[in-house]
Amino acid sequence: MSRAALLVLADGRFPAGGHAHSGGAEAAVRAGRITGAASLEDFCRGRLTTSGLVAASLAAAAALGVDPGELDAAADARTPAPALRAAARKLGRQLLRAARATWPCGELDALAARFPTGAHQPVALGVVARAAGLDARDAAHCAAYESVSGPASATVRLLSLDPFDATGVLARLAPDLDHVAGQAVRAARTAAHEGADALPACSAPLLEIGAELHAARPVRLFAS
Amino acid sequence: MNTTGVRATARIRARGDGRGGTSLPVLASDGPLALRRTRGSGGEAHVLLVGAMSGPLGGDHFTVRADAEPGARLRVGSAAATLALPGQHGGEARHDVRLTVADGAELHWLPEQLICARGCELRMSTEADLAPGARLVLREEQVLGRVGEQPGGLAGRLTLRIAGRTVLDQELACGAGAPGGWDGPAVLAGHRAAGQLLVAHPRFAEHPVAARALSETTVVLPLAGPAVLVTAVAPDALLLRRELDAALELLTTVSA
Repeated sequence: MSRAALLVLADGRFPAGGHAHSGGAEAAVRAGRITGAASLEDFCRGRLTTSGLVAASLAAAAALGVDPGELDAAADARTPAPALRAAARKLGRQLLRAARATWPCGELDALAARFPTGAHQPVALGVVARAAGLDARDAAHCAAYESVSGPASATVRLLSLDPFDATGVLARLAPDLDHVAGQAVRAARTAAHEGADALPACSAPLLEIGAELHAARPVRLFAS
Repeated sequence: MNTTGVRATARIRARGDGRGGTSLPVLASDGPLALRRTRGSGGEAHVLLVGAMSGPLGGDHFTVRADAEPGARLRVGSAAATLALPGQHGGEARHDVRLTVADGAELHWLPEQLICARGCELRMSTEADLAPGARLVLREEQVLGRVGEQPGGLAGRLTLRIAGRTVLDQELACGAGAPGGWDGPAVLAGHRAAGQLLVAHPRFAEHPVAARALSETTVVLPLAGPAVLVTAVAPDALLLRRELDAALELLTTVSA
């Protein structure tokens, strides 16, 4: 594997469209639940251990070569909010477009042909990690990190939060990120033998509720 | 594993009696899980789950199975809220619900709240398997602690399969021992009651329900299959029930 490939894929400037999404932070700011660095950290930790763990597990399983169709259906079942399913497919499509230009290969072409409207982003991420020569742990780390880096950078814009504070939040979450990535890889290995039902399905009620409230708002800074 | 707890499995089997009514060929109570048939309405059979003793306590493993066979219309409720408590010997308590609904059959599974008292460690799992033409209304409510009480630990999983395909798979972990952030702005944010209302109806395949917010903390979520989930959080059990009752009325109107 190439360690540099991991940096390219995890770089916030990788043109996969993630900057347009706040990961639920905009809805939480609007509801008065994120007001500064402390509540941002609490938000990120809750997102990481719920939808972040699910995303990391899906990505790790896809990187191990579990059938993307099975994983995409598992992602649908774990994403009851239609606004979040739509956002995940859109992000999956954008990621795949960028990755096919970066690491051209038949497996990515096949994924794009199979999911013309986009596969769930974590599933696409896992297949892209494979194409970039990365392993399941790398894919899990990427997905886990994205689950908190998006809300952190969005909150800098939404609250004019000091970027140093936002980065401090991410640094303090590093042990949790490693823990979640480890859990995800173990779950993905089990799923490779037993099927996608073995993957975690942790949910966060306020992320689902906030996503639908946010999608219905006429004026918003971020798409989700 | 703790072997001092109570293991109990209660079973209900309902089927159409061929005359527009519903018969109950199996209604089997077990230990603390007592089942009573109450007066039905129309062709619908009503069953009440009566807790004959408190529980589940740490180390207990309760299972309730209900099968709605062809032609059945079954409504199951409970006489009172379930209070999960720590056991004398500690350890995890388990509560499993296994439901099947056949083509043309209907199951309303509407138990009272689950209250997680201080010190409890409860693993709750509900699985519903539906045939393509089955109808289901299912409500679950989790209340974190009695009034003013620190909640015990709850890990719940709710799974819906229609025609063998998983349409919903959702875990919720909260209270003592849950992963970090469970009471933060992404998950519960201080709300002490969470609820799910799941409605599956073959009609939703051609006439899907639109996603909508019923309040700032209650949303109607059409799933990737012919079913709808209402997700709600509230400060307490009473306000939660009010939200879910309003949602049920709305969904009963659109699926009628």
